[in-house]
Amino acid sequence: MDWQAVARSLFGNDHDIVASGDFLCGTGRCADTVFAVMGSTNHAEIGIELTLALAKEVIRTMRDHPRRPIVFLVDTQGQRLRHRDELLGIHRCMGHLAQCVELARARGHRVLALVYDQALSGGFLASGMMADLCAALPDAEIRVMNISAMARVTRLPEERLRALAQTSPVFAPGAENYVKMGAVDALWEGDLAQCLMAALRDAPAHDARRELGLTRGGRMLAATIAERAASE
Amino acid sequence: MQSYYEATARERIAGIVDAGSWREILPPATRTLSPHLAALELPAAFDDGVVIGQGTLEGLPVLVAAQEGGFMGGAVGEVHGAKIVGLFERAKTHRVAGIVLLLESGGVRLQEANAGLIAVSEVIRAICACRVRGTPIIAAIGGKFGCFGGMGIAAGCCTSIVMSEEGRLGLSGPEVIETARGVEEFDSLDRALVWRTVGGKHRFLLDDCATLVDDRQSAFRSALADALRKGETLDVASLERQQRMLEERVERFGRCSDGEDIWRGLGFDKPASVPLLATDAFVALSRRLRAA
Repeated sequence: MDWQAVARSLFGNDHDIVASGDFLCGTGRCADTVFAVMGSTNHAEIGIELTLALAKEVIRTMRDHPRRPIVFLVDTQGQRLRHRDELLGIHRCMGHLAQCVELARARGHRVLALVYDQALSGGFLASGMMADLCAALPDAEIRVMNISAMARVTRLPEERLRALAQTSPVFAPGAENYVKMGAVDALWEGDLAQCLMAALRDAPAHDARRELGLTRGGRMLAATIAERAASE
Repeated sequence: MQSYYEATARERIAGIVDAGSWREILPPATRTLSPHLAALELPAAFDDGVVIGQGTLEGLPVLVAAQEGGFMGGAVGEVHGAKIVGLFERAKTHRVAGIVLLLESGGVRLQEANAGLIAVSEVIRAICACRVRGTPIIAAIGGKFGCFGGMGIAAGCCTSIVMSEEGRLGLSGPEVIETARGVEEFDSLDRALVWRTVGGKHRFLLDDCATLVDDRQSAFRSALADALRKGETLDVASLERQQRMLEERVERFGRCSDGEDIWRGLGFDKPASVPLLATDAFVALSRRLRAA
């Protein structure tokens, strides 16, 4: 689904989201609630400029529209892999964006994310994965890297990884595995506006992903280990 | 062990906390192993490559996490990440002056794929939430493997960073960029180029790390204590300042193709000499140039 179709499903014609380059920004209204909408399209590479554009928009929303809920529309092939981005401190820009999202949450903005196409590692950490609740469309692709690249970097046999991917959500790309592991709350199907309003109502205020991963059986240790580290 | 660079995670902790004050949480005796490495028949570690615990640092009560570069380059898996996240949870119920992160990591442990990525995300979120609560989080970076991937973002979320010249901090490691875009984009074997791009001095000049120290454990220790004593609040005004600073950086240096061009822009007449300057002289000179 392209971003225009997603925006229409969420807000009908009641939105003013525009794309400038790969950057999406605007507002949308769903059942009397106005959302600040921001994100990326064209499988954007997330470089310093796009990161700072997102951060600026989160700050502006905090300043001008206290408590207005925020929706990230996610479509990224990952962080931009360039010498220039490293030279200028892309890690710092992304850290800055993550802090902006956290402060927004603390100030009463609900933060939701919808992976409507692709979400890869670094491009996703400072935006969608910072949300109170992250959802995905059923055919969205979420992964760290593809299995061949993983095999190359880890020097593990590709057939071995493919076999493991059949049985374990840990190794296989795909949104449904992130649901099992608790990082994606649900796959949104049917009436997206209804999904959005339900998410706004139900989004947990704390990071509940490891508990979800335990309940759903896809990530058995994170919750227990964190609990032991906190209390033993 | 005097050198921070050469030290293991446990040696670093011994070098920075007050003698006799340390208590490790989930120590190796608890055999807190990664199940995913076992599934791949890869060697595991009884601490999964990260040491966590509590102690005092120059009398200040602190929680500390130290990543062990010697185990999978400090990469973050499910258990490794959950230990760090749990330490941040602990800060909610234990009165501490701050949290100290001795970071050394390539980021997501690819052998744990999705579980590694989610774990890194949980660490980033735990750091940010703790900052909003007002607890200082100070990172130290000065190990062989640097601090990259999602852990580079995590470092970028901390209150303050202490680095040595030998430390490296970034998002995509030079090898990753070279593999994706070719050697013309980033020659990962050109050590001088790597240090001009992600090394401690460059990060200090851009204000991505607040303190630059010599590669000595004692130097890290006193810099960490100083940083812990400086409180800093995270609010809209401070994020607006940070936004402005980063936008100005891109505007001013966005066309530079090398660290030396940026250093020249910052007032260094002979940027080629920057790598040769001793830490003290370098820090003093850059402070003078910043003031001018």
